[in-house]
Amino acid sequence: MALPSDRRYTAEHEWVLLDGDIATVGITDYAAEKLGDVVFVDLPAVGSDAAEGAVVGEIESTKSVGELFAPVSGEVVEINDAVVDSPELVNTDPFGAGWLVKVRVSDVALLEDLLDATAYAALTGVGA
Amino acid sequence: MAQLSPLNDAHVAAGASFTDFAGWQMPVRYSSDLAEHHAVRTAAGLFDLSHMGEIVVLGPQAADALDHALAGRLSALEQGQAKYTLLLNETGGILDDLVVYRTGADRYFVVANAANRLTVADAITQRTASFDADVYDESDDIALIAIQGPRALEILQNVEELGIEAGDERPEDREEPDIENALAGLKYYRSLSGTFQDHPVLIARTGYTGEDGFELYVAPDDAPALWDALLETGAGAGLAPAGLASRDTLRLEAGMPLYGHELSDHTFPSQAGLGRVVALEKPADFVGRAAIEAGPPADARVLVGLAGDGKRAARADYLIFARGSDGEPVGRVTSGALSPTLGHPIAMAFVDADLSTPGTELDVDVRGTRVAFTVTNLPFYRRKKN
Repeated sequence: MALPSDRRYTAEHEWVLLDGDIATVGITDYAAEKLGDVVFVDLPAVGSDAAEGAVVGEIESTKSVGELFAPVSGEVVEINDAVVDSPELVNTDPFGAGWLVKVRVSDVALLEDLLDATAYAALTGVGA
Repeated sequence: MAQLSPLNDAHVAAGASFTDFAGWQMPVRYSSDLAEHHAVRTAAGLFDLSHMGEIVVLGPQAADALDHALAGRLSALEQGQAKYTLLLNETGGILDDLVVYRTGADRYFVVANAANRLTVADAITQRTASFDADVYDESDDIALIAIQGPRALEILQNVEELGIEAGDERPEDREEPDIENALAGLKYYRSLSGTFQDHPVLIARTGYTGEDGFELYVAPDDAPALWDALLETGAGAGLAPAGLASRDTLRLEAGMPLYGHELSDHTFPSQAGLGRVVALEKPADFVGRAAIEAGPPADARVLVGLAGDGKRAARADYLIFARGSDGEPVGRVTSGALSPTLGHPIAMAFVDADLSTPGTELDVDVRGTRVAFTVTNLPFYRRKKN
């Protein structure tokens, strides 16, 4: 799967898509593939603060547990209820319907510090 | 450098993800753990288990030798019969769990976990040194393919070029043995000598999934053609290649222990519910007998099943507490997952004996959150018999 170039990535295998000051966050197809079938997601409460690097949720597969890190600081303004009900969306559409949370970003400029698609592809050894 | 299965090329071509397992590069999944799990429960799955260890014990005293080396009474096996047994140490702990097939009057075929292959081969060799029997570690010369699931029999019956080995005693004019009837009539934990493309294959009605199924032992060179023939034959019946991830959730639902999780060299068989596997009634002295007769320590924990509500799995090494207690842990999870078949979390765990009664309510510390579980009987899943 080609990595979308419209967003940023982290070394924790998450993606961040900015629209105004709202960042939509999910995990990459690489992370979803490594986890295996996702069977449970635990997402933060709407209105909670997310500090960059803090664990704000968990993504469980039959085999293992992945942590959801806040890639940027801000306030959680929405969570994806569809993915709570149907965790397999993380596997089937990680860059789209499998998004996890939306965060109102405190400092949009800090997103520039995250990886672009080319840099992330280099990190995972998968072509962009 | 990981050891490669003789089926590695087929796995790569099928797009498998791999894991290192006991030094082998083995498929963890092909596409979806859950789909592979459900395929085994509803149709059939095909597993490459070529990493398993196979040790042959051959000689006039092979039966007596194994009665001494292992916990079971292997001398009581008929030809073609198999038995689940244990290799114990002197202190009553479990060095490995094994399936032993009697494949001849003087010949036994011992199947060991990949990680314990050398331990098992060495222990059996040493323990049988004074017997008129020889021990051969044939692990590198034997591949293992398992077909498991309610449609496994029908698929195997339809594999072209699969036959029964003609015995020497068979008169020339008798009809060819009928593989379809032989497979259908093969009982659980029995094996027969078959052929595939005129090469030998040991066909056993055994498995590790809780479903009906067969395990096929063949030479590595013959394995790819057999694998392909099975997949081709089973394509219309829903047969899917299945990886080690689904194998683990399948055996967990079936309440089957896994060495390194439920079993260890400091676990007594009785703690793990395997007391019946130790044949204390056999006349032979055997390694571990004295310790087993003395029994485990009074405070030894026992293996139980745990079932929870919701979706949060209790996983290996998570600590267990009495319900609502802030005190010391009363147990530890050994395996756990969200059961794909049942839809709720299941786990196996060692707990204090006084908290092991089914219905006992316990808490598991799931990464800092206490989650309610109830002690339940094993297995979690039992297939419907025909």
